[in-house]
Amino acid sequence: LSGSVTMAADREERRFAEVSRDSVKLMAESAGLELGDEVAALLAEDVCYRLREAAQSSAQFMRHAKRKKLTVDDFNKALRWSNVEAICGYGAQDAMLFRSVKEGELFFVEDRDINLIELALATNIPKGCAETMVRGMFTLLSSVVAPCSVPAAVQSLSDDLLKYYQQITRAILGEDPHLMKVALQDLQSNSKIAALLPYFVYVISGVKSVSHDLEQLNRLLHMVKSLVQNPYLYLGSYVRSLVSSVMYCILEPLAASINPLNDHWTLRDYAALLLSHIFWTHGDLVSGLYRQILLSLQKVLSDPVRPLCSHYGAVVGLHALGWKAVERVLFPHLPAYWANLQAVLDDYSVSNAQVKADGHKVYGAILVAVERLLKMKALSLPQPAEGCSSSQPGCLAGPMGYRVSSPGLSPPPEPLAEAGLGIASHLQAGGAGCQWEEWSPVPLPAMYSELYSFFGDSLAVRFSTEQSFGGFSPCTPSHFRETRKEPLGHVSNPDTTRKMPQLTANLNISPRQDGSPRTDPPPPSLAATGSVRSLARSSMQRSRASSSRSGQRSIGLSRDVFPKARFTSPHSGPPTFSFVIGGRQMGRRCQGRRPFQTIFVPTPPPPVVLPRVYTHKLPVIGRVCKPLRRWTRSHYSLHLPL
Amino acid sequence: MEHDQFKFIFKMAAVQGGMVDAKDELDIKSEPPSDGFGNSNANDGRLLSSSPGAGTGGTATGNNKPAPGPPEEQQTLLAVLQFLKKSKLAESAEILRREAGLPEDALDPKGTDASGSGPGLAAGSGQVDGVDASSLLSRVTVSSSAAAQAPKKAGEDQPDVSVVLSAYSQQGDPSLYDAYYSGLKRFIESVLDCHRAELSQLFYPLFVHMYLELVYNNNESVAKAFFEKFSGDQECYYEQDLRILSSLTKKEHMKGNETLLDFRTSKFVLRISRDSYQLLKRHLQERQNNQIWNIIQEHLYIDIFDGMPRSKSQIDAMSGSLAGEARREANKAKVFYGLLKEPEIELPLDDEDEEAENEEGKPKKKKPKKDSMGSKSKKQDPNAPLQTRIPLPELKDSDKLDKIMYMKESTKRIRLGSDNLPSICFYTFLNAYQGLTAVDVTDDSSLIAGGFADSTVRVWSVTPKKLRKVKSAADLNLIDKESDDVLERIMDEKTASELKILYGHSGPVYGISFSPDRNYLLSSSEDGTIRLWSLQTFTCLVGYKGHNYPVWDTQFSPYGYYFVSGGHDRVARLWATDHYQPLRIFAGHLADITCTRFHPNSNYVATGSSDRTIRLWDVLNGNCVRIFTGHKGPIHALAFSPNGKFLASGATDGRVLLWDIGHGLMVGELKGHTDTIYSLRFSRDGEILASGSMDNTVRLWDAMKAFDDLETDDFTAATGHIHLQDNSQELLLGTYMTKSTPVLHLHFTRRNLLLAAGAYNP
Repeated sequence: LSGSVTMAADREERRFAEVSRDSVKLMAESAGLELGDEVAALLAEDVCYRLREAAQSSAQFMRHAKRKKLTVDDFNKALRWSNVEAICGYGAQDAMLFRSVKEGELFFVEDRDINLIELALATNIPKGCAETMVRGMFTLLSSVVAPCSVPAAVQSLSDDLLKYYQQITRAILGEDPHLMKVALQDLQSNSKIAALLPYFVYVISGVKSVSHDLEQLNRLLHMVKSLVQNPYLYLGSYVRSLVSSVMYCILEPLAASINPLNDHWTLRDYAALLLSHIFWTHGDLVSGLYRQILLSLQKVLSDPVRPLCSHYGAVVGLHALGWKAVERVLFPHLPAYWANLQAVLDDYSVSNAQVKADGHKVYGAILVAVERLLKMKALSLPQPAEGCSSSQPGCLAGPMGYRVSSPGLSPPPEPLAEAGLGIASHLQAGGAGCQWEEWSPVPLPAMYSELYSFFGDSLAVRFSTEQSFGGFSPCTPSHFRETRKEPLGHVSNPDTTRKMPQLTANLNISPRQDGSPRTDPPPPSLAATGSVRSLARSSMQRSRASSSRSGQRSIGLSRDVFPKARFTSPHSGPPTFSFVIGGRQMGRRCQGRRPFQTIFVPTPPPPVVLPRVYTHKLPVIGRVCKPLRRWTRSHYSLHLPL
Repeated sequence: MEHDQFKFIFKMAAVQGGMVDAKDELDIKSEPPSDGFGNSNANDGRLLSSSPGAGTGGTATGNNKPAPGPPEEQQTLLAVLQFLKKSKLAESAEILRREAGLPEDALDPKGTDASGSGPGLAAGSGQVDGVDASSLLSRVTVSSSAAAQAPKKAGEDQPDVSVVLSAYSQQGDPSLYDAYYSGLKRFIESVLDCHRAELSQLFYPLFVHMYLELVYNNNESVAKAFFEKFSGDQECYYEQDLRILSSLTKKEHMKGNETLLDFRTSKFVLRISRDSYQLLKRHLQERQNNQIWNIIQEHLYIDIFDGMPRSKSQIDAMSGSLAGEARREANKAKVFYGLLKEPEIELPLDDEDEEAENEEGKPKKKKPKKDSMGSKSKKQDPNAPLQTRIPLPELKDSDKLDKIMYMKESTKRIRLGSDNLPSICFYTFLNAYQGLTAVDVTDDSSLIAGGFADSTVRVWSVTPKKLRKVKSAADLNLIDKESDDVLERIMDEKTASELKILYGHSGPVYGISFSPDRNYLLSSSEDGTIRLWSLQTFTCLVGYKGHNYPVWDTQFSPYGYYFVSGGHDRVARLWATDHYQPLRIFAGHLADITCTRFHPNSNYVATGSSDRTIRLWDVLNGNCVRIFTGHKGPIHALAFSPNGKFLASGATDGRVLLWDIGHGLMVGELKGHTDTIYSLRFSRDGEILASGSMDNTVRLWDAMKAFDDLETDDFTAATGHIHLQDNSQELLLGTYMTKSTPVLHLHFTRRNLLLAAGAYNP
């Protein structure tokens, strides 16, 4: 039955669906039988009849369930009572995608593979349905409510609800913050507002008309949050609309962002957070949501015409959706995108100042995203090695990837075409515009080296894998050789070998801009600093910080993401930098990999009293924390506590 | 002499056939034959003599042609032979065999099979022997009507099927069917207007039977052409059946088709005036149109009445059911529709003064405002059954308390009317995800229960009083049984909650009903069982098994103890809570029983069916005492008026029909709903009828007006014709939309507040 059913086009009467003789033959063939024409025709006719009969009796199950919609369940019941095996696997509430193949007039229901392992191991269990409950309400109070015989859509709301709706919207969009708080609270807990949901969703879709007003946008987003958190509401397909509104806030070059004083970055961060919240809690309601979101983010990211703030939104959006999204979308696009970003960052003209600042934002966001990606990927690595035969580290989630391992993350098997239905423009309709290209995960080492080529040391600095280091290091010695070589090459030939803006170099070796490069102290001169212990601790801090709210983090993104460190070293000796990757130290004086146990502790140069101002000017991406005194005291350290 | 002997044998066979059926029944359902069964067997016997099938069989054998004639007769002989052998009448068997010229091994099962009884029989596979024998036997005896009334479903029903189908085997030239039918059509179109409407009733049954004959005889293409040509002429309300019919083009498919069986197992009943009938008869005899005449003789029952021919609208009002109209004599039996006398209960005098003014509190129950509408006066209602006609449970103390509560409440009852509509409170089931299948509310409106597609039954308290379980046995031992509040003490406060979920069914719960004393809850399910739940412990007490197919509805008697259920197996069953087997089986519907209701006096049960008829059954003897036809779709809602005189029914056709039980007539038609009506309820005093439908509306109708306007004189006429005025719009008092909630249940509280319930359908 799940096979192909073709309509007999040549029949003059089309009262019933027909299973053609050819279909029967095909099905028989697939079962290893050869059928004659005559037999097939007879069978086909019989099958048609039986189908009609089953449909007929399934209708009565529908009637008695007091429904108007015939479900697969009804049909299965009919089959069961006529001693036929039930059809499994079609019980989902969503509409099934019935596709056709043009050649051959073949119609079939799309049936994709589901990764059961992933489902079974999922730690984030999809939100169940809200509890069934009974609520009483007066429809008619005798001689109080005048019954209207043909009420319009809005009038079908009772007066109370209407009033409630007005009050709530007024409170939320109004001036009084206290009132707003109360209203949001109520919206979050009121059990009787199901009927109003479409109206609220409509209000929220008004984000487009208030894109000049950050405050209003913020309020609307809060409204979304309240609705999403209301346990009594079944959002159903409204999720789509909500997501669309949220995506608007994330991705659009809002009118409010024209004024650099407006902190639309925070709004975007909040919206991204909200997006991930909606997705994790309600993503199961709408099919193909994940893929659509990714597609629209990808589209924005790959569109160079879009302003940087849109790109920023796309990056934080991806980041909020989890490292897999980053790996899937951001990482493959990075090389292409990088060129543009670099152009922006390299332009030091005054007119470009604002854009450049935005560029730094994007840079920071990307850095944060890829760091998490690397980290999560590294963490997830040991697992496949343990026993799973999978060669794709990405498809299995590591122990830390608690969210990542949810079934939602791998794009649910969903029809692309369906996405086109009634979706606002901010949800990318599948297939339209950019293609959802095939994607294969890049192994960690390759990824690391590629990312390193972009970010250089500022990446490495953040990349801490203290627990898992032992896990993957033996597998990838070559990778380490590579990464080790990289900085060395750089040392020897800083300006030519790297395509990348020498971000690390630039910022660390600031005087170069002012003076001749020749006189520069050698770039990343390597010295091991501090104790391993402190290192471990700080990296832990960092990881905590980086996994904390992205919003918070980006608040700290100051304009001087890549400051040209203007400090001129007061001391004559070459400043030493420590460069640490996960417990491994590299230094000029220690040309090679050192295990933890044999830490090279360099002779500290004369203590440099670093003005505090400068500590802020250090390449800080992310939050600025109090610098650890011990470190600043001893060296310039890239390894800032973040 | 030969002849007589055969007659005797046939009688024997008939009885045997009946018994075989009964035995089958026993095997399948393990029930003893009850009153209902005895009755239907008796019917078989009675029908035997008049059955045309038997008649033809008789003449065939009466001719006593010893030569093995057409396979039909040969099989008859074989059947008789087999019966004789079975009964150890070896000598007679030998004589018969010799005289009939049958071979020695005639009874070899293979031989029987090969003799071409058709695929219908051959398909019997496993139990070839038994099936063949019984089918052959019954073929001889029963060709129509009551025999197949017993519940039969695929698998077990093969004997019957072949019987039914075999009646199609004799027939004329298939190519002439077209001409026959058009000839009749021309004739009917040419008759006088007053007769045309009546004779037009013939079209549909003739059409169906002729089509089926064509299909049965493998004239597929002719049948198709025949269908194409004439299906457009049929009344629109047969559309559904015609669709099923059109999907049937192969003889092999006929045997499993229930609709077809329904059609074949019962004679289609037509009501025609004598004049029209004479006209038809004369025409057919003149034309020598035996084909049609045969069909009329065999498959149609023409109920001839004297008097004026009926008009088209009169006919349309009554037709539409699967098997035509009800025969007039089917509605002749006396029905005691009056109410039982309420037991005398002393009202405590210390209550409010209005109660003090008369001591028994009896007339207070119904205020003496209107005698006709359900007044339970002290003297026995002449139409009421004897108080002891069926044994009713004794009133317990708690019941008496409840009665007193009821009386108190009813004094505060609002007097409804066209100018004073009830308030409506709607209970919406949120987050039911289309899973709500049944709702019931207790009489005192304190609890509401829902049956769900996920097999659960959920009970909510709609008052602040939470639902509590009784304590465990160990804890109960610790209770001071002498204390005044022992009933309070037995409850476990820890279990108090607003909602209790009852698990036990393994299929969607299609019907639920609270017992009047609120101690029990019944639920019927797709899994074929009815379960009785205790609302004290919230556990399942009994699972009643009997229906082997989905049970669509169940309801408690208004006095408790008894309950009725009906389902896909086409029978309704009457149960008592303390018997695990049914007390009565009401068989007669031709399709699923979709809803069941007790008469307020508990002596009768009404059932609605997807054969589009409503039947009223006598609980005492299991007889069908009323058949109401007129709906054009499966009936999904029934309601008795509080005075027991009237019945309201709602169906998928969106119409509410009102019936006078005493006279057995349709007395009103309420049009307005646009979708299936799932609930009907009269207000406590019967002034207002509320209907709830799939179209998300509650409508209120002026029942008082509908019944008062009746010209009861019309009923006395023997013809039983009715003139319905189309006054739906006048009777409609209000239409109230829900947001998006089909109305599954309606309930009037004791003070006449209307409660409605349904699941919000986003």
